[in-house]
Amino acid sequence: MTATPTSAAAQAIEDVADDGTVQIAQQRHSDAKKAERKLGLMLVAPAVVIMLAVAAYPILYAFWLSLNKADLRRPDDNEFIFLDNYITVLSSPIWWTAFGVTMLITIVGATFELILGMGLAIVMHRTLVGRGLVRTSALVPYAIVTVVAAFSWRFAWTQGLGWLAPETSAPLTEFWPSIWIIILAEVWKTVPFMALLLMAGLALVPEDLLKAASMDGASAWKRFWLVTVPLIKPAILVALLFRTLDAFRVFDNIFILTSGSNQTSSVSMVAYSNLIRGLNLGIGSAMSVLIFLTTGLIAFAFIKLFGAAAPGADAGGKR
Amino acid sequence: MQPETRNRKLMWWGVNTVVLLYAFVPVVWIVSLSLKDDATLNDGNYLPTSPSTESYSAIFSNSDFLRALANSIGICIIATLIAIVFGTMAAYAIARLDFPGKKTIVATALLVSMFPQIALVTPLFKIETALGLFDTWPGLIIPYIAFALPLAIYTLSAFFREIPWDLEKAAKMDGATPYQAFRRVITPLAMPGVFTTAILVFISCWNDFLFALSLTSTSAARTVPAAMSYFTGATTFEKPTGPIAAAAVVITIPIVIFVLVFQRRIVAGLTSGAVKG
Repeated sequence: MTATPTSAAAQAIEDVADDGTVQIAQQRHSDAKKAERKLGLMLVAPAVVIMLAVAAYPILYAFWLSLNKADLRRPDDNEFIFLDNYITVLSSPIWWTAFGVTMLITIVGATFELILGMGLAIVMHRTLVGRGLVRTSALVPYAIVTVVAAFSWRFAWTQGLGWLAPETSAPLTEFWPSIWIIILAEVWKTVPFMALLLMAGLALVPEDLLKAASMDGASAWKRFWLVTVPLIKPAILVALLFRTLDAFRVFDNIFILTSGSNQTSSVSMVAYSNLIRGLNLGIGSAMSVLIFLTTGLIAFAFIKLFGAAAPGADAGGKR
Repeated sequence: MQPETRNRKLMWWGVNTVVLLYAFVPVVWIVSLSLKDDATLNDGNYLPTSPSTESYSAIFSNSDFLRALANSIGICIIATLIAIVFGTMAAYAIARLDFPGKKTIVATALLVSMFPQIALVTPLFKIETALGLFDTWPGLIIPYIAFALPLAIYTLSAFFREIPWDLEKAAKMDGATPYQAFRRVITPLAMPGVFTTAILVFISCWNDFLFALSLTSTSAARTVPAAMSYFTGATTFEKPTGPIAAAAVVITIPIVIFVLVFQRRIVAGLTSGAVKG
């Protein structure tokens, strides 16, 4: 009987000891957690500060400027005019023409890029010969400075100079030919990037599945639409989202190819003209904010309507 | 089976040729323009009939172009280095550490990468003028870093997730100090990813036109893409075709060679950052 209380006491002591070690371990654990958090925050701090300083603060500042007259030609005349700049912009045919042109280039461009990009991705993925050669040369348009490519197209289509130019007309001085050349320049440059993203998707399609479908008598066309496309849908949506947002910002090609003449300005071109040529910061900022909002809407629509998972949106990114 | 394989190979060579033509036709055209002399410049031929280096001697004796080339190289290298250092730190934290606000940071980076840059031109112009950064190297370097960071963070964190970090523990068990474990085991594994990211970041800086155009006003900080659009010919309306083509080739060739040499890594970098996230 004497043994029982002793052992009970021993047990109790042990319990305490156990608790103690557990607590100490927990303490250590949470200390380590704290240290890890601190280190993590310290490591991301410089990157976050720069991104906020260059992107977040200026967009707020642009929003403020857009509510002011802020015309550098009349600096003393600055006053708070609330939404007047927006009314001016949104009732201006120049803005809506530019908006239409930008949308046209974005939609037509992205469509061609998706089709050609898919074709190129399949070639890079499937070709039996010279795979390295094809992949390498496909990167060339991606690597070339947009301005350089734009000059190449511009000279090619300049009457009396270029190898593509017709004898009797100057395509870059007319609206529709200019638009098509701008789309051509955009598409040429960005198809490889699209193709690389799609190729990464293609690599994830199990070969067995395609073989099985083939055994069951599915044609190559059917295999593509019924097996490959559903499986690489996420890659397609991410690539399309990227390209749509990028195409909406089109500037370099138009600046070099037409300088926005014959109503070929994009929204970025119009905003740029108001800032640098017109020195009207109020109007330019209102346009900037509108472009920012439109981009946001496009991204939102993609993510909500199509369920495009933006890269890293799942934070772990372990897809 | 044998002739069928041969036919399929032939078909693929045909398809490959189309891809090669697609990629190289505009490039060869600008090279050939840069090699045409004054007499044949306007003949409209795809290839030069009497190649000359006239245009190249013209741009290499043009101080504005040389200055722009120095600006491009200097600004892009500095921006790349800083973006890689900060990007590596952030990507390591995102890939390896647990801390609050991680999702917010990834989302912020994503937002910045999708940002319409024109929306920043007006405010940055105003801010930089006020701070005296307008038309200086830092005035371009800072926005370049900001827009390179999302790219760097995505690509690097994707690479870092692939590293077998247990090796570090193993090295320590074998008696390596933490520094040795990092220096001898982790660094060699991480370097290819860092290097690839540096190439991608450099290309994106080298490519920029909008900021170079709107945040500079003289040759003090103007980079080659912007300088090219300011080249003037005999009249204001006439663009000097030869020199522009030559300048275009000068800034294109190094990048193309770079890309050709590091093709495999660049493909890995572009796809890992964007797809695996």
